[in-house]
Amino acid sequence: MTRQNRSSASDGGFGAGLTNAAESPERPSGESPLRAPPDAAEASPEAEPVLSTGPLARTGRPGASVSLHEPRQPGRCAPSGDVPAQPLLELDALWIQVAGTVCNLTCTHCFVTCGPQEERHAMMSSAEVARRVAEALGMGVREFYLTGGEPFLNPELEAIVEDTLALAPVTVLTNGTLFTERRVRWLAALTRSARHSLELRVSLDATEPNAHDAFRGIGAWARTMAGLRALEAEGLAPIVTFTRAPGVDEATLAAAAAAALRAEGLSGARLKLLPLFALGRELTRLGEPLAPRSLAGLPAGAFDPERLQCGRSRAVTSRGVYVCPLLVDEAAGRMGDSLAEAARPFPLVHDACVTCWATGMSCAND
Amino acid sequence: MTDARERIALFGGVYANLDALDAVLADIAARGIPRAWCLGDVGGFGPDPEECVARLRDAEVPTVQGNYDHSIGHRLADCACGYTDADDQRFAQWSYDFTDAQVSEASREWLRSLPVERRFTFAGRRVLLCHGSPRRQNEFLWDSACSDAFLDRLCDQAEADILACSHTGLHWHRQLPSGRHVVNSGAIGRPAHDGRPGAWYAELRAARDAFDVAFHHVPYDHLALVRRMQAAELPREFAETVRTGWWTTCFGNMPVRERLRAEDARRAALTAR
Repeated sequence: MTRQNRSSASDGGFGAGLTNAAESPERPSGESPLRAPPDAAEASPEAEPVLSTGPLARTGRPGASVSLHEPRQPGRCAPSGDVPAQPLLELDALWIQVAGTVCNLTCTHCFVTCGPQEERHAMMSSAEVARRVAEALGMGVREFYLTGGEPFLNPELEAIVEDTLALAPVTVLTNGTLFTERRVRWLAALTRSARHSLELRVSLDATEPNAHDAFRGIGAWARTMAGLRALEAEGLAPIVTFTRAPGVDEATLAAAAAAALRAEGLSGARLKLLPLFALGRELTRLGEPLAPRSLAGLPAGAFDPERLQCGRSRAVTSRGVYVCPLLVDEAAGRMGDSLAEAARPFPLVHDACVTCWATGMSCAND
Repeated sequence: MTDARERIALFGGVYANLDALDAVLADIAARGIPRAWCLGDVGGFGPDPEECVARLRDAEVPTVQGNYDHSIGHRLADCACGYTDADDQRFAQWSYDFTDAQVSEASREWLRSLPVERRFTFAGRRVLLCHGSPRRQNEFLWDSACSDAFLDRLCDQAEADILACSHTGLHWHRQLPSGRHVVNSGAIGRPAHDGRPGAWYAELRAARDAFDVAFHHVPYDHLALVRRMQAAELPREFAETVRTGWWTTCFGNMPVRERLRAEDARRAALTAR
């Protein structure tokens, strides 16, 4: 049965990762084989995550004591030979980068390096999205996530959402700065009339306005709060995601996040916490080159194919099919032109794969 | 449909609510439905987990194991309901510890021995009963969060023409374009977040070329239950749910569609008052 694995992965994984990450700097340097140059490890957003005894030990799975080796060569990806390959068990979720890498903000830690001038991935047309939706429905997909960039910059977004929502549940991920009155009314009406759920996910980077604006630009917090208030006034209950900085305890952050929203007059939001990924612009922000971590050396029995979201999802952009929404700028992340082609196992070569593995995180709503 | 049709009853989410269980069993008998199945989660929420196990065993109701039954049966640390909200987890843990303290060793063994799925043929259709989904005991199958394509895939994989589940606590039925059916029985132990105190269960009716699902609402003396919950010092939030018919806890995972439907109905009820 997969149930226990799944539940343990999310319950133990997320919390345990936080605890261990917070404790790790006190460990003697060099205790873990994962720890690359000590300075680099300190700077890592996942500074010494959970990998030695954390979530794996708690789930009671074999191979609880995991050791992860430094890759043998520099770069963000480890050699693929030794890493486990994640099979696509089923296609439950398809991520569609409808806005490409185009965003109205230029956040300093953006893992997809999005911004007004970033056009590495182009916006997708409604026809292009419809083709991907049909392809995924043919594989029995459960739901779609529309992302970017900022989806509300796509001039066809409303048609895309309406067409897709007629066929399956849809979640739109937004920075929440582009809600106009008309748009909020449209969202509220559609949410009430559609047979599938239209979820909105609004991302925040801190529980304090100035800290958030330091990532996103002055005024971003205020605009997003205004957007959230407008949604709540229409009875909508968006999911608000917070980025968890390294070393911050999950329960502490959840409490601070709830308090921050209450202080802004928001009561109905649902919270989701996400770890920070050493990807994209975040690497520049960190300033120091990081030695990538690797899942090579994970004992065969320790690999749990239920743990990672790439076991049940794929991402598409204007440039093809990728293993997940994080790795759309990584050569290793591209899996082909079609979903059928991308149904093969994915070797977990990337540093970000270690973050997902360590935290048990999923980009999905639940 | 004619008298030739077959009828069965499905109910889930007993949640230690003996009053609801007795009322539902009596309603099934009164309607002359010859067979009934329980879709799991006997404990949690209410005051009488041990008595509910005993009633199901005495009445010989074939039962599918829910995540709650699995956890209590195996003495796990929590119910594995899959809640992500911190308050939900706190309330869930409270009921879990309460249930855990009430249940006898014999009941624990029975819960442990329950099958995770049951299969049978109903008017020529292959039926699969499970608690959450055929692939995961604690997967939430909310109506608004499942595409037809996904439900069809689950039916394919489960080799079922009729897939019946519970776990979410809200009842629904959908006929897929392929002609197959998915039925969520809802729960009897907690009202359906609709402002109507009482229990909901599903009746499936089929003949060779016809099939339909009726959901029955069964009132019981819910205020008596509220008093017993207060006497047992259960959280007042739980008693409030029984009293009003609106959920107060453990719905952080509820998708926006179901959430809005309930909120809009509640607002309309308040306005009308």
